[in-house]
Amino acid sequence: MRTSELGTRMGFTPLQETYEDRPLSGAYTSDLLSDVMGSAAADAVLVTIQAHRNTVAVASLVGLAAIVICNGRPVPEDMLEAAAAEGVAIFLTPRSQFEVSGLLWADLGAPA
Amino acid sequence: MPELPISAEAGPAVVLELIYRLKIRDVMTSPTITASPGETMRTIQYRLRDNGITGLPVVDDDQRLLGIVAMEDVISALDGGRIGDRVDALMTKQVIALEDDMPLAFAVTYFNRYSYGRFPVLDRDHYLVGVVSASDIIRALLVAMNAEVQRLEEVLAERHADDAPPAEGEQRLSFPIMRLDFENAGKASTEIKKLLKAHGIDAATVRRAAVASYELELNEVIHSEGGTLSCNLRDGVIEIIAEDLGPGIADVEVAMREGYSTASEWIRSLGFGAGMGLPNAKRVSDEFSIDSAPGRGTVVKVAIAYKL
Repeated sequence: MRTSELGTRMGFTPLQETYEDRPLSGAYTSDLLSDVMGSAAADAVLVTIQAHRNTVAVASLVGLAAIVICNGRPVPEDMLEAAAAEGVAIFLTPRSQFEVSGLLWADLGAPA
Repeated sequence: MPELPISAEAGPAVVLELIYRLKIRDVMTSPTITASPGETMRTIQYRLRDNGITGLPVVDDDQRLLGIVAMEDVISALDGGRIGDRVDALMTKQVIALEDDMPLAFAVTYFNRYSYGRFPVLDRDHYLVGVVSASDIIRALLVAMNAEVQRLEEVLAERHADDAPPAEGEQRLSFPIMRLDFENAGKASTEIKKLLKAHGIDAATVRRAAVASYELELNEVIHSEGGTLSCNLRDGVIEIIAEDLGPGIADVEVAMREGYSTASEWIRSLGFGAGMGLPNAKRVSDEFSIDSAPGRGTVVKVAIAYKL
């Protein structure tokens, strides 16, 4: 699955579309940024409720392709601006982290 | 009563930190001018006038709060011909009170939620210990913010003083890091990552360095009084140095333990303070050292070897 398909196939709402559309390596679900920093793989999608610009900084440093914000949490404008500058895609969904993880698991499978 | 132009939920981190660190007892007016239930409204009218205030808590002989009597009540009494009546007949009995060890943030929220000009402050045992008004809060915040700005200016001045030129063949980046500056947190690490990439270092090594520098940067933002984050590139070694101005770590061994953190509740709510920062940084390092003691700063050095 490619980054853009998080919108077209998974039905998540794209909020920030300045990014390089590339194949996703997997997904990582966490609300602890140090945990994401230590464990998420490059080119993966992050499933989280941490809707603020520090999440973008972590995503950019780890080389994540996209962030999916769950539970319909409001995404502040400065987060979208930071994401555009770093080329990290942002999607929003009313679904929980559990549901989103399940959907992504069915498509991307277990991490290699 | 106009709302206070700050919020307990959002705003600059420095201000949030202040309103959670300051307690209501730090800003309230105490001892308090009070009224007794048996006094007349006329007496209250004079007491308000003589003291230049707009409201009084009404207490019994044991300093237990019975109600609040305000300028508006005196005006109503004058209009209604009841200025000779007892206070307890006309005071407001449904009173919203604050407690003295609540953070100032509670008072800010109360002023913005209710239209009262002042709140009585009770201690743990429900005795009246003070009154807090919007101007008490504004005065205390101005003093605290002044002190904070002065401290930040001193940090900046100190930082410019020890900029030394890099040695031959060495590439060096250095960034000032501000306490609780979540707006810019991660920027230094992003720049360091760009330098390493531009240098042609492989992606896996760049990632290890990015993890270490981000964790050390965030540690300075969350826990230190401010400091610097530097990256030196020389002889096949990436060296990342986080140097701060204090307060220092009491027990380094405990601080290195996974899951141990002293971060406050609102910092945790941002997804930080999981107690994984130092362990994460150490795990990705070839060499890791930490030098710290309470009362002076902390220096963390990470070295990661690379091949081109």
